[in-house]
Amino acid sequence: MGLESDIPVLTTTVEKMVQWARRSSIWPVTFGLACCAIEMMAMSCSRYDIARFGAEVFRGSPRQSDLMIVAGRLSRKMAPALRRIYDQMPEPKWVISMGACASIGGVFDNYALVQGVDQVVPVDVYVPGCPPRPESLIYGIVQLQRKIAEQRLA
Amino acid sequence: MDSTTIAAALKAAVPDAEVEPAESRDGHAVIYAPAVRIAEIARALRDAPELRFGFLAELTAVDFFPREPRYEVVYVLVSIERRLRLRLKVRLPGTDAHLSTVTGVWPAANWLEREVWDLFGIAFDGHPDPRRLLMPEDWDGFPLRKDYPVQIRMPARTHEALQVTEEEFRQNVQRDRLTRR
Repeated sequence: MGLESDIPVLTTTVEKMVQWARRSSIWPVTFGLACCAIEMMAMSCSRYDIARFGAEVFRGSPRQSDLMIVAGRLSRKMAPALRRIYDQMPEPKWVISMGACASIGGVFDNYALVQGVDQVVPVDVYVPGCPPRPESLIYGIVQLQRKIAEQRLA
Repeated sequence: MDSTTIAAALKAAVPDAEVEPAESRDGHAVIYAPAVRIAEIARALRDAPELRFGFLAELTAVDFFPREPRYEVVYVLVSIERRLRLRLKVRLPGTDAHLSTVTGVWPAANWLEREVWDLFGIAFDGHPDPRRLLMPEDWDGFPLRKDYPVQIRMPARTHEALQVTEEEFRQNVQRDRLTRR
């Protein structure tokens, strides 16, 4: 992007424009599975304020969302529901696997839980922690923004 | 009222039942009852005027594998009227563990018995709705049994079967087509 002398006009490429628009308004779907969701809520509230990164609008419908934050342990019985919500989200869409349980099963090494949500949906960013602090999750979203900024259109 | 007095009152209500009072470390009244007559005993516990255990607080099971009899089904009963608490226990064998339902006595037993069936595989004869409660309905095995492979690795299922039959699906599509302008 460059400012052209006196004329109030910015020149850029469509690709850069789209990348900027996408990464500046990542709307997450309201979807919490366990205690990680409490940290996710803290992240969206005034102390940590994810609005600074344009991702504060938690949508009640997957059809209006860009990002799914898998916040908590995913049980086998819940897996089809999670997949269905993911399928209902319009493209382009991203997934953050939040915390140890969502990423690798965490302390729940047993029959009831999916050992990593990447078996069910494709994951873009893994956020470690048990649960991760809101700062960690914000860092994860910033990492996702970087990733989106590098996604080519063609 | 301790175990012995409750057992005596129960024997008065069901004369030929072989109930035995037992000690417990926490001072709770405990009674062992024979599995075959559990429905009758449950009804007597609820209806006997000096007992009146009207509230089934909890129903669960314990697996004592490899001991035989392997299972104990535990009913935690409360008599609000007489201010009593009782732990009623039933021993069950490891093979073909089944027991008569008490849903007719305490409707609260419905889901609790389904949970015990789901996790221990103890069947409740005469249960009005004998499906699994917590695990997926096509699950194989009973996870709270001591010989269950808890750390089993299986591929995660990402899709579940359509909740309607093919015929219902056709009808829905047809109705949708007709009502749309």
